[in-house]
Order: sequence, then structure tokens, then C-alpha cells
Amino acid sequence: MRKLGGILGLMVLFGVCTFGAPFRVAVILPSTINDFAWSQSMYEALVAIQEEMGEDNFQFVYSENMYVIADAAAAIRDYATQGYNLIIAHGSQYGSSLVDIAPDFPKTSFVWGSTAQTFTELGIHNIFAYAPHAEEGGYVNGVIAALLTKTGVIGGIGPIKTGDAKRYAAGFEKGIKDTRPEVQVNYTFIGSYSDVALASEAARTFVNAGADVLTGTAQMTVGAISVAKEKGIFWLGYDVDQSPLAPTTVVASIVVDWTVALKPIIGMIQEGKRGGEILPLTFANGGLKLAFNEAALEGKLSPIEIIELKATVWETVRKIVSGEITIEVE
Amino acid sequence: MIGATLVGIATSAIRLATPYLYAAIGEAIGQLSGVLNLGVDGIMLMGAFTGFYVTLLTGHPALGLLAAMATGASMGLLMAFISVTLQAEQGISGIGLYLFGLGLSTLLFGMTVGTVKTVSGFPQAPIPGLSRIPILGEILFSHNPLVYGAFALVPLAWFVLNKTPLGLKLRAAGQNPLAADSLGVDVIRVRYVAVVLGGVLSGIAGASLSIALLNVFQQNMTNGMGFIAVALVYFGGWRPLGVLAGAMLFSTVNAIQVWLQVQGVKIPSDFALMMPYVITILVLASMAKRRIHAPAALNKPFERGGE
Amino acid sequence: MSDRVRSRQYAGLLIHLTPLFAVLLAFFVGALMLVGLGVNPGTAFKSLLQGAFGNLNAIADTIVKMTPLLFVGLGICISFRGGVLNIGGEGQLVVGALAATAIALAGKGFPGWLLATVALVTGALAGAVWGGIAGFLKAYLNVNEILSTIMLNYIAVYGMNYLLRGPMMDPLQVKLGFFIPQTARLPRAVDLPRLVPTRLHLGALIAILVAIFVYVFLWRTTIGFRIRTVGMSRRAALASGINVRRYTVLGLLLAGLFAGLGGAVEVLGVHHRMFTDGTAFGFTGGAGFNGIVAALFGRLHPLGTIPSSFLFGALLTGANKMQRVVQVPSALIVALNGLIVLFVVGSEVIRRRRLRRLEKLTIVEEEI
Repeated sequence: MRKLGGILGLMVLFGVCTFGAPFRVAVILPSTINDFAWSQSMYEALVAIQEEMGEDNFQFVYSENMYVIADAAAAIRDYATQGYNLIIAHGSQYGSSLVDIAPDFPKTSFVWGSTAQTFTELGIHNIFAYAPHAEEGGYVNGVIAALLTKTGVIGGIGPIKTGDAKRYAAGFEKGIKDTRPEVQVNYTFIGSYSDVALASEAARTFVNAGADVLTGTAQMTVGAISVAKEKGIFWLGYDVDQSPLAPTTVVASIVVDWTVALKPIIGMIQEGKRGGEILPLTFANGGLKLAFNEAALEGKLSPIEIIELKATVWETVRKIVSGEITIEVE
Repeated sequence: MIGATLVGIATSAIRLATPYLYAAIGEAIGQLSGVLNLGVDGIMLMGAFTGFYVTLLTGHPALGLLAAMATGASMGLLMAFISVTLQAEQGISGIGLYLFGLGLSTLLFGMTVGTVKTVSGFPQAPIPGLSRIPILGEILFSHNPLVYGAFALVPLAWFVLNKTPLGLKLRAAGQNPLAADSLGVDVIRVRYVAVVLGGVLSGIAGASLSIALLNVFQQNMTNGMGFIAVALVYFGGWRPLGVLAGAMLFSTVNAIQVWLQVQGVKIPSDFALMMPYVITILVLASMAKRRIHAPAALNKPFERGGE
Repeated sequence: MSDRVRSRQYAGLLIHLTPLFAVLLAFFVGALMLVGLGVNPGTAFKSLLQGAFGNLNAIADTIVKMTPLLFVGLGICISFRGGVLNIGGEGQLVVGALAATAIALAGKGFPGWLLATVALVTGALAGAVWGGIAGFLKAYLNVNEILSTIMLNYIAVYGMNYLLRGPMMDPLQVKLGFFIPQTARLPRAVDLPRLVPTRLHLGALIAILVAIFVYVFLWRTTIGFRIRTVGMSRRAALASGINVRRYTVLGLLLAGLFAGLGGAVEVLGVHHRMFTDGTAFGFTGGAGFNGIVAALFGRLHPLGTIPSSFLFGALLTGANKMQRVVQVPSALIVALNGLIVLFVVGSEVIRRRRLRRLEKLTIVEEEI
């Protein structure tokens, strides 16, 4: 009898354990976790969630540098087989793989982005999507750039003209035009996420053309930031806070906080919902944050100018949040 | 305005050409001795990483450069051992070396530095006097030391290859190793020297990016430059001056396309980016009449008393 | 059979296993690196094997990975035997894939088998054109093929980026406003049939049939003989009245043809749409380069290329699994891949020397 009680006790304990099993996440990243851009921002979000929920309740694994789509698909399938609760395919290029894989694992949830597609129209109900509104971030940086430039020439450097890069660029140009229409802004795309040398040369050419504020997205822009630092001009960043890279150069960074999408997704999964939702990341919901680095302006602008600049910028953010400013991307 | 633009483009082209010059001249030396090394990009990455890391640790870009040269030499030694001593198929060993360098540099970067950082590399060093010359001064004499080095390398390489006993032996080893051997040239040793020298120059090519022109390191930051460098050797017909012409052509077109985009000229960026590659092919094709022959023993292992 | 002859046969077998020892040696160095990273090499390599061969799905994945390597490798067999180096596999794969995608999207409504066949043929032809350009440049305009194929790879990639974010972009992407650079999904009717209930598709079978065809072509036809003659000695070929230029073009054209077919097969069999991440690698997985390695390991023999691309497919598939299981940086796997290539190609000389010694011994004994 006592033995039976012991077994029962064990079973209860086991049951509790299963119930309280950690939430397991696997993430597929197209570049490295230290790229100072897209992949790093996601990695940092997962670390933040783990710190908040505790290692007993939240565990994650990652596959980095998954730029080969077929390999990423194999990784996604493998993680799904291993019973992870949530698999994050952190790249818009992974979407078509998810359409193939997700139906085979109805109990697993998947999430991908940047996109506004969850494929419910195909009868798939276990895919979430996240969509950072890069154009909002671009717009705010555009306003900052317009207020900072003295020469009236501003440059932007992007990888290829698609997805978030395209949306950011469109917002950036609009932010400038809405603030100071006379300012000249050009955006160049260097056709690569890794060609640091060409990004750097594009930055130098902008400087030659008179630009005194530059911006850009994706990991190869570190080359351009380095040039901005050398030339003593301003840089406006995206994805992560890039000011540690060049504290006197990076005036502001639009930080994408993926936890704003991931936490609700985790919540929904724990409540039994598997997918079908699109989670935007905007200034309104805190998914986009402005990391303003005042130190970069000290000595270059008067304290009053800095205060005025900040006021205008935060006012812009407020107007985006309230919907007074809307940004269309064609 | 037009003047300033042209100066800007020319200066830009010279900067862009720098890594190609080191790497392509290094590759040309190796090929002249009979060894095709497709692993240039991997050596460049290793050179870029060690140069960066040592500069980060010590604060002295000169030490970084030395480290990059030593790394390049070791990678060259590895290539020489496999392709000369072990007589392995050269094209494939080069691809192996490329993958090895690509992987190892990324791995070491992740283990040591871990995140993107900038260093203070070689500063701009305008040459006193010369840099004051209008137009030319700005284009040619207002760069950092590694840029001057790349251009000084062209006549130096020409001299060594054409006017010194080493150059003669080197070409003999690549042209007719059996005859060279019978004349007392140590073909194996000469090929080792050439490939290691090529490695050193590729190492500098990598360092010219990470501690002179860009002052950052990132995985795969060469983005295939090493392969373009190999292509430029063919463009230049194994002559330093020809390599210079090829590197300048490619880089000038590249600088022009960057400039066009920066000016907001409405062409799709993809077509602009395509230009350097298309024009390099077209220019070479238009010179179809030139008579240049590859080193006869290129890509052929040498074995004393062999077939 | 005398004991001596039998032991000689074992010795011969051992010699042919030299590359395997080289792979083991490379893994040993890899193990040291793993230890340096604080990872148990046993666990790591076990996961590698499991990832490549552990179950039916793993084997299917390995064969799927093998397929483009084999297609590129077969083209390499022809062009290298013809004396030209083709480093343009990446670009040829991309061009073939784009052409097949365009046809499959345009031909919606046609019977699936017909549309699929036309798409595959178009892909192959597009690849042939891309390879043929390099061949023409070499034969008639004196442009070295290493230069032209490297440059043509970049041109193909930029062309692809333009098409996929422009004219060929999925209209839905424009509507959604996210501009993911990819085409619409191809009509399901053109999907290559699955062979078993895994990811394994008909493409692998096509590749193996093509391998047999290439073997017959190279060794049993006049054209194949002439290509090989040109490769062995241009002078001899000229002397025997072969149009060397024509066969140079043909060699690169055929290399492009098979790589292009490989690209088309990848689209119809695996991806069902075309996409880009800015480089060719996302789509090709580097098959344009790895195919060269596979062909050379297969001693430039079409049938030898089958097992060697299978082994490479296994290595690449297993390595990804290893990254997941032991969480090593992906860069270690790239470095290990490089080491394996270096060690195997370096071990060739040992194999060759031993083989020669064995042959000499045999001859001496036979004379006695």
C-alpha cells in the first residue's frame, strides 16, 4: 500500500513536471547572432524573454547563418520533429518552406517575418507572422536627418531594394520630404548583405557629394558606420542600438523589440491558439523603439538645439502613434 | 563641379582597387610558377581577421599587418604543401583552402571578439608636398599607407619577375619545369616561395580592408573579392601592369556605378551593380587579338623524374 | 587463386580506401576543434551521422542535397575533360532555375507533365546559353573561362535580383506591401513527383539517368571522344582535324546545360518558386562550387560522381544536424568542410604512389 502511494506520488510529481515543462523555442537565423543587426536583435529578444521567464520556464536553441533555404527548411522540420513549442523562422525568405512543413506538424506553432501572411487562406492555422513597420522607423530617422543636416544632402545605404529595407528607405525619404522638402536625399542599394567594402565606398561617395547625415539597414552597413565615424558625420541606425559601435557618430537607432511580438505569441500558444495572427511591431505597441544617443550631439549642437530637436522627434513619434502621420509604401 | 566629381570617382577607384591589387599580384606570382590557387578569398579573410584582432589587442596597426602577413604565409604554406609536395589537383585544393579560411576566420572572430567592433587602423597619410599638387595630389597622394603599398607593388613585382634571378627561376618553373630542373632550378622550392609570397600578399589584401580601408571585421567581409582577384590575373595576362589595368578598370566602373546611384540616377540598382562585371568581360573580349599564353605548366604538379 | 594474389587484392582495396582515411583524419582535426569549443566530439559526430543517414527522412534529405551537386558535377566532368574549367555553376544553376520558373508560371493551365517537361528543357537550355557564352568568349575572343565564368556568376545574381524584385515578383507581395523578393508558387501540377513519402523527388532519378547518359556520351560517341581529345591535347586535336574552337564551346555549353537542368530540377522538385536573399547561395547552397569538388573526387567520371556527390550531400546534411544538436557555430562546419577537401585531395598522391608500386610489384611477379 505504501508502495502504491509512492508510485502515485511519483506520478503526480511527474504530471506536475510535464505541466510545468519549459516553453521550448527554436530559432532559425539567416546571419550570425553577433551581426549587429537583424539576427542579433532577435537573439537579444530571446535572451531577454529567458531572463524574464527564467531558464526553467523558457529555453531556446538557434541555428545561425542559415542562408541556404533548403538547409533552413531541413532545420525547421527537424526542430518540429523534436517537439519544440514554437519555431521562429526569422527571415521572409523562409515563408514558402513553412507552407510545406507546418501542415505536417499541427501541434507545433511557427512564426516568420517580416510579412503579413499566415497562410490561413491555404487552411494552415499554425503559423504566426510578425511585421515590423520599418517605414515608421525610417520616417522618424528621416525627420532627425532633415533636422541635423547642414549641407542639405543626406544619403541612405541598403542591401537590396525589397522587404524591410525598401520600406525603411521609403519612410526615410518621406520623413525628410515632410520636414524639409528642399533637402536632397538619395538612397543606394549595394546588392548585398555582406559587402562591407562597397557599403563603405558608398558612404565615402555620399560624403564626397556633400552628405553629412547617413543611414542604412542590414549588417554590411558597419562599413558605412566606420566611414561616418572617420569623417565625423552623423549616422542613424536600425535593428539594434548601434551607438556602442560609434558613440559620437550614431545619433539615433530604431530598435526593433521582437519581444513585443513574441510574448503575445507565447501567451496565445499557452492558451491553445496555434497561429493565424499577424503581430505588427510599431511605435504604438512598443515594437519599435527610438534609442536616442544625445552624447553624439554634444559639442556639435547647442543644448537648446538639442532640446528642440528631441522635442520635434518625440512629437513625430507621438503623431505616428496617434495616426496623425501615416506612411504609404509603394 | 565636374572636376570634383571626377576626382571623387578616381580616388574612390584607387581605394577599391587596393585589395584586388595585392591579391591579384600575389596570385599572378603563384600562377607564374605553375600553381593555380583558388583559395585567395580564404587567405584574405584570415589575413583580415588576424590583422584586425592584433590591432584591436595592441592598438598598433603595424603589428596587425605583420600578423596578417604571417597568417597569409602560413595559409600559403598549407596550399604549397598540398599542391606542390602532395601534388594535389590545384583547383580543388584552392576551394578547400577557401572554405577552410572562410570558416576558421568566422569561428575565431566569434570566439575572440564576438561582436562587431571598430579599430583605429592605419590613418590617412598624405604624402608631404606631393599631396598639395592640384587634382593629382588628392587622387594619388592622400591615402593611407596600404594604398600606396599596393601601387608600389606593381613596379616592384614587375622588376622582381622580369629582372631578377628569382623571377627568371619562377617563370621557368611555371613554363617548363623539367627543363628548369635540368638546369639546376629547384622547382619545388621556387613554387613554395611563390605560393607563400602569394599568401603573404593575400594576407595584406585582407588587412587592407580590416585595418586600413574599413577598420572593421565581419564574417565573409571580402564577399568573393578573392575570386575577382583570380579573374583579374587572367585579365592582366600574368603581368603586373596588366593586373593593374584590370583592377583599375573594374574598380573605376564600380566607383562610377556607386556614384550614379548616390546621385540618384534612375537606373535599377541591380543593373548598376552588374556594370563592372559586364564591362570587364567586354573590354577583354575587345582585345581578342592580344597574344598571351598561360604559363605552360600551370595547374600541373611537378615530380622529379615524373612523367 | 593464390594467397599472394588475394592479399594483393586486399592491398589494392586498402589503397582505394585512402580518401576515407583522409576524411577520418580531417574529422580528427575537427574533433580537436570541437574539444576546443568545449563540445564532446563523439556526440557531435554521432549527430552528423544521424543527420545524414539516421532514418528514411535523413537519407532522403541527403539524396535531395546530392541532386544539384550531381548535375553540376556531370557538367564539370564534360568541361574538365574538354580542358576547360567551369567555375560558373552557380550562375548556370540560377539562370536555369529562373527560366524554368518563368515557363512554369506562364504556362498555367497546361497539362502538368507537359509543362514540367518544357520547364526543365527551357531551364537546361538557359543554362546552356549561360555556359555557352563563356565558351564562345574563350574560343573566339580569347577570354579565359575562369574570368568569364566568375563574372557571369555575378551577372546572373544581379539579373536574378532584378527579376525577382521587379517583373517576376509575386503580385501578392506587392499587394501586401512586404516586397519579399520571390515569385508566386508554381502551379502544383508541375511539382516533380515524390518517390517515397519523404522529400525525395524525381529529380534524383533524373540526375542518375543523366549520369549514365553522360558516361555513354563521353566514352561511346564521336563527339564525346573529340571533346576528350581536345582536353588531352589541343595540338593533337588540331592535328587530327578536330575543330578545337567548336568543341571548346560545346564543353562549356554542355556544362551549363546540365547545371541549368539542375537549377530547374531544384525549383520544380524542392522550392516550387524562385526567391533570392541577394546572393546565389540561398538558392544553390553553393552547389556550383561543391559540384566541382564532387566531380573531382569522382575522378571526373560521371558514374564516379554519383557516390562522391552522395557523400558530399551526406556531409552537408549531417553537418547541419550537428550544428543543431551540439550548438556549434556554423563556421566550424564550413572550416571542417574545407579541411576534408584539403585532406582528401592531399591524400591522392599517396593513393597514386601506392597504386603504382603495387602495379610494379605485380608486373615483376608476373614476369617471374
